[in-house]
Amino acid sequence: MKFIQQTGLVIFLIGLALFIGAIFTGSFSLTPQELDTFISEKGYKSEIIKDELSKAIVDKEDLNIFAFSDKVITAIETSNNYYDALIAKYNAEKNWTKKGQQYQYKISGKLHSTSFTLAKKAGKGFAADNTALAWFLTFGLGIIGALLYIVPDVVLLGKPGIKNDGIFLNAATNRGWIGWFAFIFLVTFYILLYFYPDFIVNWVYLVDPISKFTSGNPASQWFLYGFLYCTVMTVMAVRMYIKYRHSKYQILRTTSVLFFQIVFAFLIPEILVRFDKPWYDFKNAFPLDYDFFFKWNLDELLASGTFGLFILVWGVVLTVVVVPVMVYFFGKRWYCSWVCGCGGLAETLGDPYRQLSSKTLLSWRVERIVIHSVLIFVLVMTGFALYTFYSGAGEVIGIKTQTIQDIYGFLIGAIFAGVIGTGFYPIFGNRVWCRFGCPLAAYLGFIQRFKSRFRITTNGGQCISCGNCSTYCEQGIDVRAYAQKGENIVRSSCVGCGICSAVCPRGVLKLENGPEEGRINPTEILLGNDIDLMELVNKK
Amino acid sequence: MEHIVIIGNGISGVTAARHIRKNSDKKITIVSAESKYFFSRTALMYVYMGHMKFEHTQPYENWFWDKNSIDLKEGFVTHLNTDEKILTFKDSSTLAYDKLIIATGSKPNKFGWPGQDLKGVMGMYHKQDLENLEKHAPNKEVCKRAVIVGGGLIGIELAEMLRSRKIPVTFLVREASFWNGVLPTQESEMITKHIKEHHIDLRLSTNLKEIKADENGTVKSIIIEETGEEIFCNVVGLTAGVVPNIDFLKDSNIATKRGILVNRFLETNIPHVYAIGDCAEQHEAIGQRRNIEAVWYTGRMMGEALAQTICGKKREYNPGHWFNSAKFLDIEYQTYGWVFSERDKLEHEKYFQWQHPKENICITISYDKNTHQFLGINTFGIRMRHEIFDKWLTENKPIAHVLEFLSDANFDPEFYKLYEVEILSKFNQENNTNIQLKKKSWKRIFSL
Repeated sequence: MKFIQQTGLVIFLIGLALFIGAIFTGSFSLTPQELDTFISEKGYKSEIIKDELSKAIVDKEDLNIFAFSDKVITAIETSNNYYDALIAKYNAEKNWTKKGQQYQYKISGKLHSTSFTLAKKAGKGFAADNTALAWFLTFGLGIIGALLYIVPDVVLLGKPGIKNDGIFLNAATNRGWIGWFAFIFLVTFYILLYFYPDFIVNWVYLVDPISKFTSGNPASQWFLYGFLYCTVMTVMAVRMYIKYRHSKYQILRTTSVLFFQIVFAFLIPEILVRFDKPWYDFKNAFPLDYDFFFKWNLDELLASGTFGLFILVWGVVLTVVVVPVMVYFFGKRWYCSWVCGCGGLAETLGDPYRQLSSKTLLSWRVERIVIHSVLIFVLVMTGFALYTFYSGAGEVIGIKTQTIQDIYGFLIGAIFAGVIGTGFYPIFGNRVWCRFGCPLAAYLGFIQRFKSRFRITTNGGQCISCGNCSTYCEQGIDVRAYAQKGENIVRSSCVGCGICSAVCPRGVLKLENGPEEGRINPTEILLGNDIDLMELVNKK
Repeated sequence: MEHIVIIGNGISGVTAARHIRKNSDKKITIVSAESKYFFSRTALMYVYMGHMKFEHTQPYENWFWDKNSIDLKEGFVTHLNTDEKILTFKDSSTLAYDKLIIATGSKPNKFGWPGQDLKGVMGMYHKQDLENLEKHAPNKEVCKRAVIVGGGLIGIELAEMLRSRKIPVTFLVREASFWNGVLPTQESEMITKHIKEHHIDLRLSTNLKEIKADENGTVKSIIIEETGEEIFCNVVGLTAGVVPNIDFLKDSNIATKRGILVNRFLETNIPHVYAIGDCAEQHEAIGQRRNIEAVWYTGRMMGEALAQTICGKKREYNPGHWFNSAKFLDIEYQTYGWVFSERDKLEHEKYFQWQHPKENICITISYDKNTHQFLGINTFGIRMRHEIFDKWLTENKPIAHVLEFLSDANFDPEFYKLYEVEILSKFNQENNTNIQLKKKSWKRIFSL
């Protein structure tokens, strides 16, 4: 068994090494026809971009992706600089007509995204040409290796029960060198994904056939991300099933997040695209889905007939009715740890890191300030977006809606949710985004705290203050602080993962939905002591 | 301002301090030689097992004490002058008090075994024991085998700890079945089987004769009393119960027996000196309780009660219905009310028992065979609601009532398989009754 596990680890590492190595493979070159098509598709008016790009990337040999990207960006910048110089010149001459004419020649858009689009057409090499084999050597070996590493735990972990031995003695799960490597890998991955998609174009090639099979289109970096997300969640769900096989709550919950990720976040949107419908994840509620009310999205939905209108109505109903009503009956866990994709990744890939979240009072203070700031940010931004949509004005009180949207997309959408939210798993625990950033979680939290039937019941006086519950709370809630006072846990940030209840050695905690009355039950003297004293001090 | 000095920062002392602070602005000082900050003793095992770091065992952040004006003094009290009301520490420093609370807890029992003080012999009670174990048994290469002597709760925890690092464990238990002085046979046998499944070399009806040293004065082996067998080992864990930790009171005028003798107000024979927790011994037992109760919960309750007295609302220590819990490797145990083992059970006490055919799940309900009054319940592998059982015990409910409303009492996580139907049908069959299970009702659960 141990041998199988070690073999699995080796295979996984080989797969990972080949996956990383794949970035550096292949050569990139366009034919003149391909370039023409690209320029006319993009509608570039610049008179020199064609020449510049031809010189840079047409009929080239031995351009790897980095050189290719560099040349594309230089070409675009050369073109833009050329027209900037003209603009400056006409400006000096006060020739306003000529100056104004120059702007149409400038090329806008993110440089690395443009480079990605070109690279996607230009690539040759192992990933682009032997896709099936390359897929097997990267994804395939990774999956097989990981499963070989995980599955023997059925035997190695021994009898069903809590299996946390050695977690704080392990370099992977206690911020040791393995944890820091995982951190660097994840952060790098997210930076590449969001800001340098052209650098990972070879990875995108690997999933092209799958994308063509589902949506009919070649893959984008977002399809790669979606596929990778589902793959990682599935493999790590197997780990969850084995680790928590004594707990039906955990098994059902894991199955649920996996189902919603694969079906709702991955398959349905791709199939919608195949039928020329807008890409839409039916479970992704505003304000987590922060661009739902952006002009481009509303325009697209309204242009998609009845179906677009249905999505529009559903999106509003989901946030305004479904989410709060469900939180009232079941707590925010129904979304955060049973349905949500971010939660899904946190509960599978992130499970080994849950103990790393900070439980200090200070971190709770920071959490409340930051998460509610994000909520205010998203609401103000949405106000701007709706105003722009209805009035057609691009500015509100002198601030461009587009600028606000760009800032949110960059700071919150990319850096916070992606780079920090997932990249920091091995350092700050697996719910960094959900705890400090997610505006939907903040909204659900209000309802859970003030109007819900959900609570974690503390079982009378049985707590021994051991601290397992607090240690393993991914949301950094000091569960013990409540339990040792005999007090139920009613906290806006609780996502109801159920691990505190699972790790409790004395059967003190139970997640349940019950009457609102008596849900919050401050006590000083715990059950089991003198009844008169309890009544006197607790002032029931 | 009155100065309350508390010796010992375990659950008893800290609970007393917290409640005194809530009710007064008295000056409070907690003295400890073990660690500056309060930690949960019951969680030490998880530090060795790697489930937690030591800091996680501390229920309050370090700023808590300063913020609540509770002074912490590190030091070992060597002498107590109750006439002058002055404590003297090992380093000869002194501390004056107005009221003194002694909450020094327990220490492991040692029965005068030859070699019991060798290097590598340890209890598993203090923070220092954990450090000692980490030194002598960091892994299975350094510690090729450990022998544990004494089959109680700490013994099985120590076994679990060592097994988490794959260290071979021989477990010497005096009884013929694990903890059968406390547990009914059904449960004792289930745990015994479970211990063996965890690859622990369990030796029942076996006593320790002596511990042998190597040339460096470190443990080399132990000899078994009954057979004379020599078992080579690097660590010996002595876990044959605990005794009050009160040696420092030897030449004081505080009355002691095994523990510090206290009345129901937790007062010692000396005015303004109180004792709570493991180290306190009641003159007369309260109900069916023991005179010395070395349990987390009772320590906490004594702290709660004494704080009221100290703050001018004089209160007896008056514990409610007995409850307790533990975890034996993978099996959780809870108990409410009194269930005695066959050995200690009284004539009128009768068991109703149910056991799962395959899983490690079982219950024992003890009831009066004449009045059918419910006396207590042991559950293994099923969690139960404390409030509900406390209420049923207070209301002297008959066993039929307990079974009828058993669904209300279940505290297992959602979606877990429930066994009330099986339990009830077994009772009905054995007793020729026709009790029908009532559906779980939130209204009943919360109308407390």
